[in-house]
Amino acid sequence: MQWLRKNLVVIAGLLTLAYLILPNVVVMAFSFNKPNGRFNYAWQQFSLDAWKDPCGVADMCESLTLSLQLAAWATAGAVVLGTMIAFALVRYRFRARGAINSLIFLPMAMPEVVMAASLLTLFLNMGAELGFWTVLIAHIMFCLSFVVTAVKARVMSMDPRLEEAARDLYAGPVQTFLRVTLPIAAPGIAAGALLAFALSFDDFIITNFNAGSTVTFPMFVWGSAQRGTPVQINVIGTAMFVIAVLVVVAGQIVSNRRRKTATA
Amino acid sequence: MTDKTAHTGNTGGGDVRLSGISKTYGSFTAVHPLDLTIPQGSFFALLGASGCGKTTTLRMIAGLEDPTTGTVFLGDRDVTDLPPYKRPVNTVFQSYALFPHMDIFENIAFGLRRRGIKSVKPQVDEMIELVQLGEHAHKKPHQLSGGQQQRVAVARALINHPQVLLLDEPLGALDLKLRRQMQLELKRIQTEVGITFVHVTHDQEEAMTMADQVAVMNGGRVEQLGAPADLYENPQTTFVANFLGTSNLIEAEVVETGGDVLVTAGGGKLRVPGERCTSAVRAGGKVLVGVRPEKISLTHADDADEIAAGRNRVTGRIADSSFIGVSTQYVVNSPAGAELQVYEQNIERDSRLVPGTEVVLHWNPAHTFGLDAAQSLLAGTVGDAGAETVEDAA
Repeated sequence: MQWLRKNLVVIAGLLTLAYLILPNVVVMAFSFNKPNGRFNYAWQQFSLDAWKDPCGVADMCESLTLSLQLAAWATAGAVVLGTMIAFALVRYRFRARGAINSLIFLPMAMPEVVMAASLLTLFLNMGAELGFWTVLIAHIMFCLSFVVTAVKARVMSMDPRLEEAARDLYAGPVQTFLRVTLPIAAPGIAAGALLAFALSFDDFIITNFNAGSTVTFPMFVWGSAQRGTPVQINVIGTAMFVIAVLVVVAGQIVSNRRRKTATA
Repeated sequence: MTDKTAHTGNTGGGDVRLSGISKTYGSFTAVHPLDLTIPQGSFFALLGASGCGKTTTLRMIAGLEDPTTGTVFLGDRDVTDLPPYKRPVNTVFQSYALFPHMDIFENIAFGLRRRGIKSVKPQVDEMIELVQLGEHAHKKPHQLSGGQQQRVAVARALINHPQVLLLDEPLGALDLKLRRQMQLELKRIQTEVGITFVHVTHDQEEAMTMADQVAVMNGGRVEQLGAPADLYENPQTTFVANFLGTSNLIEAEVVETGGDVLVTAGGGKLRVPGERCTSAVRAGGKVLVGVRPEKISLTHADDADEIAAGRNRVTGRIADSSFIGVSTQYVVNSPAGAELQVYEQNIERDSRLVPGTEVVLHWNPAHTFGLDAAQSLLAGTVGDAGAETVEDAA
């Protein structure tokens, strides 16, 4: 009883972790499966077939490449625009600042289906051809609010005197921005970028409405789920998960080492 | 900005001259048109309560604020339109504004690197030695104490050999003991490097301890400019009289003018040296008679005969006394004025001087000054709006 009381927090933590990780474990495990038939839903036997030939399914790797490109461009666009908006909102007083401040959250609050349908209406009325560009525009739009939120929080805690100090110490406007403003805002920008990349990469609803004949990776998975799920989908999912974990771990190690050398 | 002579300040005639500079924000005037010359190599203090325009004045010298009118000269050069990064002037900010993402070495090297100097290490190491931070060179600013951060801020500015070093309340965030220590340290550094220091502070003691010249500012104007002792002994306005230390100000009526001005206050007669009256006095007119509390002696009314002739006398009754250690501070109510302050050295204490005792206050007339009676008696006192920050007036 005493033991339970002492370790309750740890137990609760581990249970929550298990709850979060279990789906990923299943995906990972089934990437080594050799399904009997078209559907990869029941465990048959261990095999490395899918890992040896990840692009063995028709059109899957094309859709993956497209999704990665989309995510990269959407992230770049949203980060550049969102950072500028965040600085403008925090540092400057201008007309409609209050309105922009609240309207920027609209894409976050609006149901995605509604947003997707209205975007489609808009694009059709404008006579735009559905495809890569319409999807990219849509992705930048909904990533923007997340980037603005992340960067704004950081910029608000930044002391404007740091930039004054830089200018006082012979740094021109460009140098001040590159050497002081940007490095200090970087954690906020990085957080916004990661969010944007993840959101863009796995977006389905808005993409599906506005993609025309273009097929992104989530759309491919959805489509193939109707006819049969190739093991390669699990391979891609596992790879993405492992890469993400590695990036996080590497980041932790770097910042730990930096802290250690600083205190040494 | 690679022109080295621009930074060394050896060009001669390196005074900072402010000519008619003012700053207005909308309808609010932070600084009224101001003329000020800060001699090269001096330690100059801008002293005033918060909101008096002293920091705005400093920022106009730094280039961080554009003056609404007027010109800023460094030596003979008009720098009014130069951006801060092109002025041979560096600032120590109130919150230090150290770059949190750089270690101490990089913070100090920042100015040199921006000016394209390649081998910064010898200079930075030398500067780190000067401010005694040798073992901290590779720490981040947040790992240092307030006093150490303050020294980094000074080093980061000084390494550029600016013509002028601006200090914006650099000691405000430190505790009292550390502040005293840093005052001496800053003074030592200034003597060592011989650069003009312009120091903004609301602490009158700090200004008087450190500066060769003090400009007392109030409401966006310079009230008085001078050496600390001169300001203290010869205040020209009631604001200066009250803001720098404590003054007893007595409303009096002029009876007779001449070498000594004879006045009456509360039925008694007082003498004020004519040359120590700031405004023209005429018989029948009003004047404010001032005297510092430590100049006054207290004598029990029974011994009034023993007071030497020719001294200014005021009779009164002790309302309160507090023992400070080196001195005893008395508050005396008299017909001439209520709540007069008297500081007596505790050399030979008269044990009869307790609250309620009738006493005579007397002092050498030479220590009396006369001020224009048209001003508020309370300007610059602790209760006066805008002067709320004179926390440790001695």
